[in-house]
Amino acid sequence: MVLTQRFDILVIGGGPAGMAAAVRAAECGARVGVVDDNPKLGGQIWRGEPDQQGSNQDGKSEAAQWADRFRRSGAAMLCGIRVFHQPQEGILLAEGTDDLVELRYGKLVLATGARERFLPFPGWTLPNVMGAGGLQAMVKSGLPIRGKRVVVAGTGPLLLAVAAYLRKHGADIPMICEQASWSSLAAFAVSLAGQPRKLMQALQLKRELAGIPFIPSSWPVAAYGLRTLEKVTLALPSRTETIPCDYLACGFHLVPNLELPLLLGCQVDNGYVTVDEFQRTNLPQIFCAGEPTGIGGLELALVGGQIAGLAAANQTSTAQGLFRQQKKARRFAQALDRTFQLRPELQALPQPETIVCRCEDVPYSHLRPHGSWRAAKLQSRCGMGPCQGRICGPATQFLMNWNPDSVRPPVFPARVESLATIAESSEQVCSQAMGGER
Amino acid sequence: MLNSVTVTVNGAPVAVPQGASVAVAMVIAGAPCRTSVSGEPRGPLCGMGICFECRVTINGIPHCRSCQTECAPEMKIRTDE
Repeated sequence: MVLTQRFDILVIGGGPAGMAAAVRAAECGARVGVVDDNPKLGGQIWRGEPDQQGSNQDGKSEAAQWADRFRRSGAAMLCGIRVFHQPQEGILLAEGTDDLVELRYGKLVLATGARERFLPFPGWTLPNVMGAGGLQAMVKSGLPIRGKRVVVAGTGPLLLAVAAYLRKHGADIPMICEQASWSSLAAFAVSLAGQPRKLMQALQLKRELAGIPFIPSSWPVAAYGLRTLEKVTLALPSRTETIPCDYLACGFHLVPNLELPLLLGCQVDNGYVTVDEFQRTNLPQIFCAGEPTGIGGLELALVGGQIAGLAAANQTSTAQGLFRQQKKARRFAQALDRTFQLRPELQALPQPETIVCRCEDVPYSHLRPHGSWRAAKLQSRCGMGPCQGRICGPATQFLMNWNPDSVRPPVFPARVESLATIAESSEQVCSQAMGGER
Repeated sequence: MLNSVTVTVNGAPVAVPQGASVAVAMVIAGAPCRTSVSGEPRGPLCGMGICFECRVTINGIPHCRSCQTECAPEMKIRTDE
């Protein structure tokens, strides 16, 4: 059955950017709805558990403050729902646990967030090799980690945050391997000088991670184990080292979730959705905020989200008051991109037999002969499984320099019943167009 | 375990903390979530519903993303069907 919901402003994604957009727009009196695939609001960073975040002077964390403000704002929350199709402008179709939801909107704010980038290396498909954020999410979902040995490797500031989180929960972290070099990290540290809040966060992390070797210019080269991970070999600046461990938490910074923006026709430039100062995309009525506009973390998400929400509610002068903060957050995102660029050595990690597409088990040797993502998809089934290339797409982009293909619906695996409903409605449209004859 | 929930994984009982995801139950049980098309055991990777590596059969419904599903008492999780 199809349930129809109408909103003045519809927000896709209930992380910090989406919550901030919804709060500001709803506080202006607009009828606002927020849709998220996850069971709770808060996105990957807050994961619906504001009580576990660090507290500020008022004793309440930023997450808890936004959660309170969201509840008071009157915005509607639709969790556990996945958008998969736009049958016509102003309407999105989404799938819940057992029903189909038709979402009608006046204005749309896309706050679809980001995911970790994964790079294939021998053994990366073994159970207990997880994303850095992936393992953190598992621990937040109840995985006991006390006394477990976890190697943290990859690139990006997330590695440090995850290592600190895991250690706080009792994990033993023998090493953090960061592929970026000391010199690029040092340049990044200098760029933080004008941002006291970030510096404080960095110093706090340094205290929390005291005693754990942090090794720049290092990366995992292979993971081993019979049925599950047993040990990992790391390339360190002057040698390789093999460490027995229970988990490998490995992610190579983040990539934005662009599937829905691309499906709707948003312009993407250099890997990010193009937006102006008011977070407007090239499409009228569609705004975008947070990671899809630049991997900038919490500050960029909150300020961009607020601006998008205000601008969507036509409060442009209030939005302008946030431009300075937005500019600073955008500079930080650019610094992150520069600092955590992937080094070319990582392109040599996969061996011929290393699986690149985990859904269809396509090995690296089967991809090499193809000249494009599309050719590889058609001939090797790479990217044709249920993740729809969300994992191997960014990997092959880095390994082979392939550009992603155009996005077609459904942008998320949908049930046959849902797809049948679309087919029925388009049949009706066709038959109406043909004067009612079939 | 304080406030635990018991589910079964391929028929064997597994106790997990209240609120834990099914993916967590699978890792605690030491059971891979699925067997890949070439026969490899696979477990959770992204932890956020994107990679589909953690899909299992829950109460007879196949292809459920275990990381996006919370454990409920007496839930029956299977990986062999």
